[in-house]
Amino acid sequence: MNNASGIVSYGYNVPRYRIRAEEIARVWGADGKRISKGLNVIEKSVPGIDEDTATISVEAARMALKRRGIDGKRVGAIFVGSESHPYAVKPTGTIVGEAICASPEFYCADLEFACKAGTAAMQIVHSMVMSGMIEYGLAIGADTSQAAPGDTLEYTASAGGAAFIFGKEGVIANLNTTASFTTDTPDFWRREGAHYPSHGGRFTGEPAYFKHTQGAARMLMEKIGTTPSDYDYAVFHQPNGKFPLEVGRMLGFEKKQLDTGLLSPLIGNTYSGASPLGLCAILDEAKEGQRIFMTSYGSGAGSDAFDFTVTGEIGKVDRKKTLREMIADCERVDYAIYSKMREKLRRD
Amino acid sequence: MSAPGYWREIPQRYNLLASRCGVCGDVDFPPRVMCQKCRRESIGRMERVGLSGRGNIVTYSILHTGMPAFSDQKPYVIAIIETEEGPRLTAQIVDCRHDDVKIGANVKSVFRKVNEDGKEGIISYGYKFTLVKE
Repeated sequence: MNNASGIVSYGYNVPRYRIRAEEIARVWGADGKRISKGLNVIEKSVPGIDEDTATISVEAARMALKRRGIDGKRVGAIFVGSESHPYAVKPTGTIVGEAICASPEFYCADLEFACKAGTAAMQIVHSMVMSGMIEYGLAIGADTSQAAPGDTLEYTASAGGAAFIFGKEGVIANLNTTASFTTDTPDFWRREGAHYPSHGGRFTGEPAYFKHTQGAARMLMEKIGTTPSDYDYAVFHQPNGKFPLEVGRMLGFEKKQLDTGLLSPLIGNTYSGASPLGLCAILDEAKEGQRIFMTSYGSGAGSDAFDFTVTGEIGKVDRKKTLREMIADCERVDYAIYSKMREKLRRD
Repeated sequence: MSAPGYWREIPQRYNLLASRCGVCGDVDFPPRVMCQKCRRESIGRMERVGLSGRGNIVTYSILHTGMPAFSDQKPYVIAIIETEEGPRLTAQIVDCRHDDVKIGANVKSVFRKVNEDGKEGIISYGYKFTLVKE
């Protein structure tokens, strides 16, 4: 029996609106150039008034199905990871299932684990495919994250998402192994009913992002006996443009391995979509035999590490239009329009 | 819109589900249970088909005084679109500069939020359209 499972197709969606970090700084009387350089974030994506995690998920899922000609009815599981599901109670996954014509025969649940819920979805559908429960499984990481006006997070909290179809046939990237590193670390949270999240400032760095990302990355490499030099590409969770470069350096990866998957300088932190979108950018240019290392991070806290090998099937995927081209096709808005789009203005 | 009303229209709103007459082949959107041309002959011979989501703009208007659900998006573009399969429908054109909207322009459907029943009610999703860049 063939137990191997991997990515059969992928899709992505990034809203076309952008706001520059310097524009946000202008409103709050901060030094925009210094903040932009310090975070290594030029601008971030902003969802349109009619976009949310469900619309981003559906568009990404439809792209993934279309580029390999897979009928939605063959998708046996849909798991959507996000911290900004449109409903507190009512799944995003059912909306996606109906929109790709997978209904009614599919396993489904929404996941929440801050910025790593999308990679947790990947582990779940990968396992279900390996076990033989389903032919294809759809894992989505998507967010339209919010940040309090004036908070440091506002320079990065953005929107976007990626979808991956896992299966055994027509695999473009074998998932060789995965590992998770999880602890109870209160670095970032949002209480029930609260509109904006809270965070521990500098506490989100060393004991949170860096400890967990390195923990999962090292755990995976020790498990299979690899070193950073065994990989052609690496992508890490990117809450800004600085942390992923720093953690890559700490682990022994070179900048050239990280450049392709580093999108946060252009679109900010897409939360559950962050490392999955980085993986999409890598798959847009990867060639047969190349190896990809990915590690996500979700506050609260945990990291999921993955080891992929690209197969010859990648040549069968329509890659004429790339994620970076989608990102480049954008429209900039000022803080006033951004405030309206993100419903930051009180009208009651 | 009531939850049952929204739920009944999910197939056409999410996936542009239309009907095709098994007698004359005419495609209708929203789907019909009986062909308006073939009438009784079409009973039991109507099939469901999904529209491709591609088409072109027949005509359009830029609305400066919008419906309450769209007031935050004004000015916005509403167009009559002729789909590849024939049926015409009315939809919002999004993610575009108004100057770029032209009669005859190619468009494709996208999945968007159409309405919210307040902050505690259901969210209605469905089709809107974007310009296809050649």
